Amino acid sequence: MQDDNQIHAGFSDPVFQSQSAFRALLAALSEPGLACDIGVSVETPVGLEPATAVALLTLADYETPIWLPAALRNGPAGAWLRFHCGAPLVDDPARAAFAVIDGAAPEPKLAAFHAGDDQFPDRSTTVLVQCAGLAGGETVTLEGPGIAGQRAVAPAGLRPDFWAEIEGNVALYPLGIDLLLVHGAQVLGLPRSTQIVEAR
Amino acid sequence: MYVAVKGGEAAILATHDLVAEARRGDESVPELAVTQIREQMGLACARVMNEGSLYDPDLAALALKQAQGDAIEAAFLMRAYRTTLPRFGSSEPLDTAKMAIRRRVSATYKDLPGGQVLGPTYDYTHRLFDFALMDEGAPGDVQARPAAQPLDASMPRVPDILGAEGLMEAEAPPAGDPRPFDLTREPVTFPADRDVRLQAMARGDEGFMLGLGYSVQRGYGNSHPFVGEVRVGEVAVEFGPEELGFAVDLGDITLTECQMVNQFAGSKDVPPQFTRGYGLSFGHSERKAMSMSLVDRALKAREFGEAATYPAQQDEFVLYHSDNVEAAGFVEHLKLPHYVDFQGELELIRRIRREREQRLAEQQNEALPEAAE
Amino acid sequence: MTVHQSISDETRPAYNYAYLDEQTKRMIRRALLKAVAIPGYQVPFGSREMPLARGWGTGGIQVTAAIIGPDDTLKVIDQGADDTTNAVSIRRFFERTADARTTEATDEATIIQTRHRIPEAPLKAGQIMVYQVPQPEPLRKLEPHEAETRKMHAWAEYGLMQVKLYENIARFGEVTTTYDYPVMVNGRYVMAPSPIPKFDNPKMQMSPALQLFGAGREKRIYAVPPHTNVRSLDFEDHPFRIQSWEQPCALCGAADSYLDEVVIDDQGGRMFVCSDSHHCETRRAEGHRGAMLADASVLHLVEDKP
Repeated sequence: MQDDNQIHAGFSDPVFQSQSAFRALLAALSEPGLACDIGVSVETPVGLEPATAVALLTLADYETPIWLPAALRNGPAGAWLRFHCGAPLVDDPARAAFAVIDGAAPEPKLAAFHAGDDQFPDRSTTVLVQCAGLAGGETVTLEGPGIAGQRAVAPAGLRPDFWAEIEGNVALYPLGIDLLLVHGAQVLGLPRSTQIVEAR
Repeated sequence: MYVAVKGGEAAILATHDLVAEARRGDESVPELAVTQIREQMGLACARVMNEGSLYDPDLAALALKQAQGDAIEAAFLMRAYRTTLPRFGSSEPLDTAKMAIRRRVSATYKDLPGGQVLGPTYDYTHRLFDFALMDEGAPGDVQARPAAQPLDASMPRVPDILGAEGLMEAEAPPAGDPRPFDLTREPVTFPADRDVRLQAMARGDEGFMLGLGYSVQRGYGNSHPFVGEVRVGEVAVEFGPEELGFAVDLGDITLTECQMVNQFAGSKDVPPQFTRGYGLSFGHSERKAMSMSLVDRALKAREFGEAATYPAQQDEFVLYHSDNVEAAGFVEHLKLPHYVDFQGELELIRRIRREREQRLAEQQNEALPEAAE
Repeated sequence: MTVHQSISDETRPAYNYAYLDEQTKRMIRRALLKAVAIPGYQVPFGSREMPLARGWGTGGIQVTAAIIGPDDTLKVIDQGADDTTNAVSIRRFFERTADARTTEATDEATIIQTRHRIPEAPLKAGQIMVYQVPQPEPLRKLEPHEAETRKMHAWAEYGLMQVKLYENIARFGEVTTTYDYPVMVNGRYVMAPSPIPKFDNPKMQMSPALQLFGAGREKRIYAVPPHTNVRSLDFEDHPFRIQSWEQPCALCGAADSYLDEVVIDDQGGRMFVCSDSHHCETRRAEGHRGAMLADASVLHLVEDKP
């Protein structure tokens, strides 16, 4: 039994593990809808999916405020991120560079995060959505950059109005948040440029 | 089977050898020591430290040796090394009022507390060759004359004297006194704030800053400058590590500071007052600090609601073009092969000329029968 | 010769793997992800001072350094050729700092860093093109102020570019831009494809490869994900068209590749050869022979190896 107050280790080989994880994240956002294996495993604090933990170790540092649900922020996950990434944890979702949300929870709405501004659309939040599975849910057909033709996805355990919120986000283009759907060691990219053809 | 001849790699390695040979020159002449450069080429080292953004006289001397005295190449070496160094944080603000003065002159007052201290300056040398320097080991007249009297302990800065009278624009840190921007780590956006501008100018090319400062004096900018003060000397650098909770002394560095006093007519809300242009540079480098202070004032045009008509008043122009390592890289990249793009231009110009000749020939043929009639 | 740190010699000072420190890589990686999410938009990034000159590929080098790993095979080309001096220099940089496995074969490479060309062989899914970009702003020659061009992109106000192209047509009967020919990416951002000849523009359209662009001196990163619409700007009555040559490659006989002109004497003698050196060699190895292959041997452009 592990001591709750103990902070788990981060990367054992930061240079090469972060390189390899980054390439998975790059592939995920370059080819939206394709589930990519993050390829690296670390001892994960309670409440973070393994791929969420690896993605944040790879990308976050003292320059990137992170938003977490209160339960995570005040628990081992928050302490772990503060220790390993040196990242400030923020209360206001609109100030976050990265955010972790529970795909099934009704709040916060995607619109609560920073969508960038018209001269700097890159300043938007990247949201990691932890969900019950990357398959087996409602099928949604996607198209846009990174997709040859169309691609069907069916992530499971998302709140009922999730895809309507995504449509709202896509309508902001080129502003908008970028999403990574996460389950286990896998990530699936859903950047703002990806359009929803049909949901059923 | 025919395979392409490849000489690229061997040719590149040969250039490294040739450069080493050219650098050493005639081997019958003794090799320069880095310490000799540091001690005897101090002004060149100062320029390399400024434009290389790194205070390290030994490395500046090494850079000059390695670059055969090419100041920009030397600055480039410094920068490429500097970028790999770990960062611990920002120092405490330097207090130049506490500078151990070597030189201090003011053009705005005949005399002032602390007095005028000429110190080491070329200002009043006649630029006549000292041919005795051709002979190594000649007993030069190097004994400094003793000062007539010891320097005053207190040397208040001229803008502070004006400020006490309320005549100098007040300069307060921005709200919350945030850590200054670091243009070597973060992308610059425009309009640029003063911390960004001063930082860019401090590493800017001395010649470029000089030309811009000069343009301000000649009417390409609204400026009526007076040298409030130039001071050169040693200042302590202090750093407060987070975990200690108090600042520790890291040592002294040599700095040149110039405060330029400029007119300002005042506005509806502000009575007429003087405004400040500020220049600060590593080592003894007055020309750089003075040029910088002229351009700093010119770049305040926006803050004072003045028209920014001239290059020295435009932050984008000054910041994008003052960095000589970037500028040299881009100008010199024109040496790289461009034959693919040039081929595109050749193809276009040949075709357009061909089509034009055809068109002219057709017009002539149409015209001929008429002429025959 | 390796200069980066390995676990065995922790005591000696050394450079990090692929030269850049990890914080810098994270910053570049974050910029790359945003670039991919907003195809064609130029993301500002904290471009570092590099040990190679600004304007000599420091943007591409930083992008490659931020993505490369032990599983990669790197190809570096300049003007389409692997043996041009700066390509050799950059390849050596990654061999020294990242133990990079390198190749000249386009289809073996996972990362292709390029200046001024896209290889002739079709790119594949999983490959990453890294372009060295001197001037990322396609509008810069029309509007020198960054503050203005940024607004033009924000509002998709590209009228100035259309006017410039149309003035060209009015004067010369065609658009006279032959390289760095502007493209519209995903129907939203006008983008500089870097100074590739317009001959290469169609290769960007719906490419299966990921295309990343790095401008070091100008401190911008941008990207085109695979399968993305990249349209060269044109007009209905003046459609975009690419360069063509009257003769095929003198070495390999290829009739559909981009050709470089080689001056062979001072009497106006010319020879046209593939700019993509690997493509040309591959074709010769397959038995294709151009009309002047033997002459080229005399000129020491090729060697006759039995």
